[in-house]
Amino acid sequence: MSRSERLTRMLAPLGIGILLLALWQAAVAIEHVPAYILPGPAAIADSLWRNGPSLLASLWITFRITMAALLAAAGLGLLLAIAIAESRWVEIAVLPYAVALQVTPIVAIAPLIIIWVGSNFFSLLICAWLVAFFPVVANTTLGLKSADHNLRDLFLLYGATRWQRLWRLRLPTALPYFLSGLRISGGLALIGAVVAEFVAGTGGAETGIAFRILEAGYRLEIAKMFAALVLLALTGIAIYGALGWLNHWLLRHWHESVLRREP
Amino acid sequence: MAQPVAPLVTLTGVSKLFEQGTKALDGVDMRLAEGEFASLLGPSGCGKSTLLRIVAGLAEPSAGAIAWLGDRAPARGEIGFVFQEPTLMPWAKVFDNVALPFRLVGAGGGEVAARVEAAIAGVGLAGFEDAYPRQLSGGMRMRVSIARALVTAPRLLLLDEPFAALDEITRFRLNDDLRRLWQERRPTVLFVTHSVYEAVYLSQRVMVMSERPGRIVADMAIDLPAARSADLRTSPAYGEVCRALSRRLAAEVAA
Ligand SMILES: Nc1ncnc2c1ncn2[C@@H]1O[C@H](COP(=O)(O)OP(=O)(O)OP(=O)(O)O)[C@@H](O)[C@H]1O
Ligand SMILES: [Mg+2]
Repeated sequence: MSRSERLTRMLAPLGIGILLLALWQAAVAIEHVPAYILPGPAAIADSLWRNGPSLLASLWITFRITMAALLAAAGLGLLLAIAIAESRWVEIAVLPYAVALQVTPIVAIAPLIIIWVGSNFFSLLICAWLVAFFPVVANTTLGLKSADHNLRDLFLLYGATRWQRLWRLRLPTALPYFLSGLRISGGLALIGAVVAEFVAGTGGAETGIAFRILEAGYRLEIAKMFAALVLLALTGIAIYGALGWLNHWLLRHWHESVLRREP
Repeated sequence: MAQPVAPLVTLTGVSKLFEQGTKALDGVDMRLAEGEFASLLGPSGCGKSTLLRIVAGLAEPSAGAIAWLGDRAPARGEIGFVFQEPTLMPWAKVFDNVALPFRLVGAGGGEVAARVEAAIAGVGLAGFEDAYPRQLSGGMRMRVSIARALVTAPRLLLLDEPFAALDEITRFRLNDDLRRLWQERRPTVLFVTHSVYEAVYLSQRVMVMSERPGRIVADMAIDLPAARSADLRTSPAYGEVCRALSRRLAAEVAA
């Protein structure tokens, strides 16, 4: 990519964004839309500035839940995928339940979990984990099963143990699949955490960003609602970006998806 | 031609019927003498790869038997296998790819490193130890694959059309390398190819397989001097042997 092309790539979305914001501001000003229906970007920026510290504190709580759920999804998802790939029996016995959990909407399960576990960090963590779990399992299982047939034969020929086949062949093959599952899960974990907070709907000391959105809605503080949404969206983008970077860094030497042909 | 030495491996009546009903091999009788260089020619899909996999112990014959010299089936690392594709681990450097056979038996250390380095140098890739497969050309990858098959100094070397995807210049060079290596170390070699010229250039003996289901329908000793080089390729004797083999191949495959 040339310098000028890179510049265009940066400037084009930025330009569109600025243009839309300007139109928005103009429309709100000209039409005299009341701030409790649609605040203009300036009002939102102002609210972001004034409520920033307290919103960030709430965001931090949601972020922690998201990260914990993502880590749990990565770890447990990897383990389950290995169990499924290594044993047909596990696949037959467990997979239907994993699929059932995946297709049941989290909003429908969250109240139950909150009743059982109570409205705290762990119930929210479980909800976020439930939605983040499946993509890791599905992708990693596929990856573990995708090892090259000839390489498998080669390992057999040299008498590799099951453990060696897993560690030296199946896991490296599955790494790109695992990472792309993780990228999907990153976004889902955040959604899961937000949905769970909505359902839990608690105030008190430990309030996540989703509750702040609800709260601002009740009070018709629409600008604050938007400010919280902006922070939430930025967090989602940051998680996605960080996982993309991790993917790139881990696969930089060998995987086709991250290699660029030198001109 | 009488077998000069005791056969390393003897196949009698080996057949292979795949589960879904394809009969790939039908009564293959084959003997490989210890230290000989034999080639296997045959039309596509006649079961050459299947036969190689059976000899390597990677597939079970549906009928027939394989007997090894002294009733001793080869141990780990005593068979080297070169697949039609380079079959390298893309996440591992050249060194680690070639060192794989040692790593899998838990061997390491200075002596292993020296052998790996020597094998890499032996295929003309010294200096590329730290490269990833992706950074190599197709011919270089194939040479890595060959180095990996040779690094354990196997008694039996099975090669499945290893040079099929290469250009002629590279193929000729790798032919010469393989032939030199065989003369130095005298492993038993079973070499699958589609090329009559390649088979004649390399081998002491060429076996011809029929259309699927494959059987060995011709077995021809190659009467050419042991020292083979580029000069041989243009000699009338070589041309004559190639012609004779081509005729046999055409006759047998048509029959
Ligand atoms: N795992 C398998 N399951 C079912 N059929 C198979 C399998 N492997 C090979 N076959 C069939 O057996 C036959 C012989 O295959 P094989 O790969 O041994 O041929 P080949 O002589 O090596 O061909 P080529 O020269 O094209 O590589 C083919 O018809 C193929 O379809
Ligand atoms: Mg084949």
